[in-house]
Amino acid sequence: MIEIKNVSKWFGKLQAVKNATLSLNKGECIALIGPNGCGKTTLIKSILGMVVPTSGDIIFDGKNIKNDYLYRKNIGYMPQIGRYPDNMTIGHIIEMIKQIRQSSEALDEDLLKAFDLPSLYEKRMRTLSGGTTQKVSATLAFLFNPDVLILDEPTAGLDPLASDILKEKIIKEKEKGKLILITSHLLSELDDLITELVFMQDGEVRFHQHVSELLNKTGEQKIAKAIANVLKNGISE
Amino acid sequence: MNRIIKYIILDIIKNKLVIAYAVVLGLLCFTAFSLEDNATKGALTVQSIILFVVPLVSIIFSTIYLYNSNEFIELLLGQPIQRRKIWISLFIGLSVSLATAFFISGGIPLLLYAEGNVALMMISIGILITVIFVALACLCAILTRDKAKGIGIAILIWLFFALLFDGLLLFIVFQFGDYPIEKPMVLLTALSPIDLSRIVMQLQMDVSALMGYTGAIFKQFFGNVLGLSITFVLLLLWIIIPFSISLNRFKKKDL
Repeated sequence: MIEIKNVSKWFGKLQAVKNATLSLNKGECIALIGPNGCGKTTLIKSILGMVVPTSGDIIFDGKNIKNDYLYRKNIGYMPQIGRYPDNMTIGHIIEMIKQIRQSSEALDEDLLKAFDLPSLYEKRMRTLSGGTTQKVSATLAFLFNPDVLILDEPTAGLDPLASDILKEKIIKEKEKGKLILITSHLLSELDDLITELVFMQDGEVRFHQHVSELLNKTGEQKIAKAIANVLKNGISE
Repeated sequence: MNRIIKYIILDIIKNKLVIAYAVVLGLLCFTAFSLEDNATKGALTVQSIILFVVPLVSIIFSTIYLYNSNEFIELLLGQPIQRRKIWISLFIGLSVSLATAFFISGGIPLLLYAEGNVALMMISIGILITVIFVALACLCAILTRDKAKGIGIAILIWLFFALLFDGLLLFIVFQFGDYPIEKPMVLLTALSPIDLSRIVMQLQMDVSALMGYTGAIFKQFFGNVLGLSITFVLLLLWIIIPFSISLNRFKKKDL
């Protein structure tokens, strides 16, 4: 569904992504992990067209995303730190995005209800706590029933209850056969969610494997331990 | 795109600065006309307001607004919207709201007190100047990520065109007065939108004594009609060139 071919990105003298090549398929729930500053967010933003890669191509559904924008109809994006216009209320933001998208499909308002956002509609974005802002971001990402969900640190800042609601929602969407791309540092949270794992370090994609394969190879039960094992002993392809 | 423009204009109207600008500008214009017994004198005062206050407010307000719209831009970029449409919408939203503010506050006194032709000319120049400085603000805001630096550049641009440029021209005239510099001087004038506007307005008002050096040359060179059309084309270029440079840079910007 998404093909990333030899993508590199330079920020001045710093190379944030080095020659990344990845193939992300439908029906998978893929975790993108790696230490801070390894280029995860840059890679995600390249897929969204927010960052323009220095070289390389990104193919979405068979079409190069360069100079295209309609493909973003099929993506729901939840940023790591959602930044919204200060003066707008939650209601305004949701209403505005609805109007801009003008989607004819039915809206997926599960999260809107689960997080009880309508009761906060009058609140201005400036006054929201980090967690509530994340709830708005999550709601917007799922609202239009997109085929691809890109979630950057989705559970960071959410309380355990909200975090559970979100996880259940992610599992539900995965079962519908959507492609879900998650970045997270909380490896223990990923266990029951993900099917594939991409590990990045210093801007390079170190490995991309099925979770079961990885667990088999390392002989571990938990993803967290398997990754620790790989980091210690190196990768055996 | 219309929906985005609508949201931007609503947001700017909610921001009370534009309303304050309209009120202050309106008061200035009304007092200018009621203090002077002669409408031409009043129009001249309004002209200096148009040449100083309007560019200053347009460029500073727009630059700050564009920097503050970063979050809005980020939000829209995740949606299926063309990048250029976001930037063009911001430009149109700012131009329309500032030009409307000018039209209401400066246009009404002009239409009431000044001669018909002069009023129309000054209103259209005021609107053009507003849009030109919004375009220059787009350029300032895209040149650097640092808000303080961007606003600094905006102030420098205004200072240069409103005050320094005339001095520079005068300096050149004094230094090279012995040579036939009329033609190069006309060319140089085209490099400042404010000077261009001054010349057009004064060609219309027919106050040659106040036209200054470049204005006199302009009139002598082109006569009224041709001079007018050429200055209007040049003013339009002052909108198109800065804005298209900023648009190109915005398309490649990383957010």
